[in-house]
Amino acid sequence: MCLGIPGRIVTIDNADDMVATVDVCGIRRKINICCVVDDEHPVASCVGDWVLVHVGFAMSRIDAEEAAETLKILEELGEAQAELETMQASEALSEAAE
Amino acid sequence: MSNDSGNGKQGSGLKYVDEFRDRAKAQILVKEIGKLAADIPLAQQRPLQIMEVCGGHTHSIFRYGIEGMLPKSVELVHGPGCPVCVLPMGRVDDCVAIAERPDVIFTTFGDAMRVPGSRKSLSQAKADGADVRVVYSPMDALALACKNPEREVVFFGIGFETTMPSTALTVLQAERDGITNFWVFCNHITIVPTIKAILDSPDLALDGFLGPGHVSMVTGPAPYEFIARFYRRPMVISGFEPLDVLQSIWMVLRQIKEGRCEIENQYARIVPEAGNAAALKAVGQVYELREFFEWRGLGSIDHSGVKMREAYARFDAERRFAVPNVKITDPQSCQCGEVLKGAIKPWQCKVFGSACTPETPLGALMVSSEGACAAYYQYGGKRTGEAAAAEAETA
Repeated sequence: MCLGIPGRIVTIDNADDMVATVDVCGIRRKINICCVVDDEHPVASCVGDWVLVHVGFAMSRIDAEEAAETLKILEELGEAQAELETMQASEALSEAAE
Repeated sequence: MSNDSGNGKQGSGLKYVDEFRDRAKAQILVKEIGKLAADIPLAQQRPLQIMEVCGGHTHSIFRYGIEGMLPKSVELVHGPGCPVCVLPMGRVDDCVAIAERPDVIFTTFGDAMRVPGSRKSLSQAKADGADVRVVYSPMDALALACKNPEREVVFFGIGFETTMPSTALTVLQAERDGITNFWVFCNHITIVPTIKAILDSPDLALDGFLGPGHVSMVTGPAPYEFIARFYRRPMVISGFEPLDVLQSIWMVLRQIKEGRCEIENQYARIVPEAGNAAALKAVGQVYELREFFEWRGLGSIDHSGVKMREAYARFDAERRFAVPNVKITDPQSCQCGEVLKGAIKPWQCKVFGSACTPETPLGALMVSSEGACAAYYQYGGKRTGEAAAAEAETA
């Protein structure tokens, strides 16, 4: 919860709600990006950016090297896998309720 | 779910990570830390006590065996920065009471599932038939609300400033979408009043702090200024990699040696001076400070939690469900409070490793991997060493 996980913004899905699809270790899910958008970084310019994702929200823009190092430490801490599993399980739960 | 992954990993988790990036750099830092400590007169009389406030740092420190690398004259005190660990029993009881209502889908982060309440944990409530679901994000809870208009979907909002913006932004989204069956049970807490309470505590001798990385990413370093100015203690906001932590410890020692008390930012690559404007705006719009909030082990601390503003009452589970909100005293055998304040080490607690283990936690510090007791139990502390490891291996 507190460490977050790096991901890369793939597409902008809803510019008004600032929702984007982010690729986190090959898993794609919708992420809110409003905390990394400002006048210097408008929504449209975010595609391709690496961000640190906390509970479904991109909270900080990071560079590719920082992303790789952070992922490595999350793997060593045993947090990366747990985070990815939660991400996928959560999606499944939302869909199962359909 | 969070409790499914624990057992399988425990065996491998007992070993420190032997090799990490730039081991040579780490060794240089450790050497420099030793030199600095030898140059500080106070460190010759008693070990210097540095508290890492954040649970993420606690996890990293144990995983990489950082305590063991430090000279005897430098000790780390593991602070209250794990939101799951400081959740009082009464609030867990409130969650269970809400979750047991037949009209409710109760959603939570996985970490909170196993925290003991006075009757049961959320995990036990689920086993007993309550509709409790682990979600990754509050936005998933909102999606559940959209898909289940006949049910009341409650999200259990916990965490410090790192996760506070996410629930605030989800409430704002629910408002924009006109959702009427989504509620946040707001138990967000704020770290600054708690650091102040710890600094005011008479049984504590702290010489400096490692400041939280991702809380500071949202707030910026400014809210900590009082620590340097009024309490005359140095703080270094730190990243989570072993090199970050070692460098931050070195920076704290350098301040002590030079007689400086400042808030320094080792994690500037993530922590901007002004914090995150969009996140702070959402938090300010949705939340206001509570008069006080109850912490497990630490008791009631003034202004240490937030609640939803009147303008967002229609998303406030606390108003909607009239929660019992009963104060439950922590189990007497449990010494989480003393551990949190650094007055005793986890292994000095009467029930550590006997009545209280990660499988059957009595106190919250044993529940989460970010809790000091679970970390000591899993990795073995500097002093518990082999004994705790052997015990865990046979468990």
